[in-house]
Amino acid sequence: MGSLGLIEIWRFAWRGISANRLRSSLTILGVLIGVSSVIILTAVGNGSAKSVKDGIEKLGTNSVTVMRNGGGGGFSRSANSNTKPLTINDVKALNDKIRAPQIKAAAPILNAQGSCTYGTFSSTPQSMKGTWPSYFEAANSPIDKGSYWTNEDVTNKRAVAIIGTTTATDLFATDSPIGQVIRCNGQKVTVVGVMKSKGTVGFQDADSVVLMPLTFVQRSMAGYGGLSQIQVESVDAASTTLAMDQVTTIMDAQHKIKSATSADYRVLNQASILQSSSTSSKTLTVLLAAIAAISLLVGGIGITNIMLVSVTERTREIGILKAIGAPKSAILSQFLIEATLLSVMGGISGVLLGIGISHFSVLGVKPVVSLTSVLMAFLVSAMVGLIFGGWPANRAASLRPIEALRYE
Amino acid sequence: MSVPVVKVEGVTKVYGAGDTAVHALRGISLKIEQGEFVAIMGASGSGKSTLMNILGCLDAPTDGDYWIRNLNAAELDEEQLSVVRSQLIGFVFQSFNLIPKTSATRNVELPLAYQGVSRSNRRARALAALESVGLADRAEHQPHELSGGQQQRVAIARALVTNPAMLLADEPTGALDTASTAEILALLHEINRKGSTVIVITHEEEVARSARRMIRLRDGAVVEDVTWAA
Repeated sequence: MGSLGLIEIWRFAWRGISANRLRSSLTILGVLIGVSSVIILTAVGNGSAKSVKDGIEKLGTNSVTVMRNGGGGGFSRSANSNTKPLTINDVKALNDKIRAPQIKAAAPILNAQGSCTYGTFSSTPQSMKGTWPSYFEAANSPIDKGSYWTNEDVTNKRAVAIIGTTTATDLFATDSPIGQVIRCNGQKVTVVGVMKSKGTVGFQDADSVVLMPLTFVQRSMAGYGGLSQIQVESVDAASTTLAMDQVTTIMDAQHKIKSATSADYRVLNQASILQSSSTSSKTLTVLLAAIAAISLLVGGIGITNIMLVSVTERTREIGILKAIGAPKSAILSQFLIEATLLSVMGGISGVLLGIGISHFSVLGVKPVVSLTSVLMAFLVSAMVGLIFGGWPANRAASLRPIEALRYE
Repeated sequence: MSVPVVKVEGVTKVYGAGDTAVHALRGISLKIEQGEFVAIMGASGSGKSTLMNILGCLDAPTDGDYWIRNLNAAELDEEQLSVVRSQLIGFVFQSFNLIPKTSATRNVELPLAYQGVSRSNRRARALAALESVGLADRAEHQPHELSGGQQQRVAIARALVTNPAMLLADEPTGALDTASTAEILALLHEINRKGSTVIVITHEEEVARSARRMIRLRDGAVVEDVTWAA
């Protein structure tokens, strides 16, 4: 007796929402902004963290570079005649599996400068290197088309090259470069392979590259001086630090270094440089998450506010409903359903808007939406809506009718 | 003799406590029979509104007993009281108390909805009630589109639609002009003639004089209870 059907209560709740369009849309807007900003901000944070991580993986987390100290570039402690150049003997020592079990491969690098031409097309690669086949492994540089040149090519000082995609596009546009003869610094070189694209990191285009056998570059371009670098690859990413220690031990022995301060070489891990930028992108994610949490809080306070005001404003209405015989349960369920509907509508539109905006790049970052943030944002706003819609409604419905009626 | 609609015995109502306690009702006893038209008179502060709130189960007395028909209000819980309000009492307030932004028909339908009456049935009854107060042509108007007199008639229709045992009107003409006052009084009398018990709270002599019985309160106690010959 005196009961209101469930469908009837839903209809009453819907009428309560639609009778107050402005108030309802403001509530929905509050939830929407809270939810979508959380989703977008965390997606931007995730996106930037992911792009840094991808960059590291492309460069190879396993690779370690040995450079000559004072040999141009970087801070030099001992730019005098005492510095020994990096030699093939150093490379051979680093390839010693017994002394350096954590080193998978070490490859010499001799940089040359110049440009390459093919017919009327010309390209100036950002790097032109003479090396060994082990480089492809050590520098995480697999080929995409064609084949690798081999140790035999190195022994025979053959004029063969593997080129990066940027160089390939410069010289051949869309044609296949495999088997074509290009001229690098005037020397005829046969292209045997094209590397898989590595992308651009900062100003460095890793695809603007020509790789040739070390012996060929020594003979025809750069001469027989010291090596520019030694590229070392550790057995796996976890042992990179250990491999770096082994490199230091071997190089100290090779160059007869007594103390670290007098070292005439440097050991660098490109990944470790990027690792620090990944740390800063983690900081960015934390910062964005904090902003997101604040916007969720602000959104939550907005919802709380409008729910409190709306219920308080309707205390009198609740009094009237009680006076004409509405039981507390019916009033409470009507207000709870209203609050739920508003929160859910705001939540769903917030999720849609957030995911929608996350499809565009924000400040050059491609956002990555995380399911956790979507769920978090949605649940928190729905809970806030329910609690702060339900609690004052319960308070008002529990008043004596006369107290609710007198409420101004 | 039949059971009286209202039986009040030694009802007191105290607001606050200690030195600041206000004794709104100081022991009231009265009986109202089925079909009476009673005016409860008194200056402001005499306790007449407090009495009306207790009679309508909107408020509970501090002490004393109140029977509506044969139900003791003090023995009923929240839910049962809401059923009493729904089935036995119809309210008319000075400030109309219609639900805003809701059509006249829907306002009149509301008490039936809480009784669980089906939608088509309650719409028909709401329209009939609106017709009986002369507002059939204003059925779809919202409260703010109606004059004070019309709003009060919608409120009366809402109070009547459940066929309550009694109609409680608290200063029903307090916010109305003379012409509307006459209309509303005529309407209340017509309702009474059809058999409903009508209790009107008022401070206006002419409203009281139109009633068959007048109970005058002063300082929370009954000082006069007269019945005029029909």
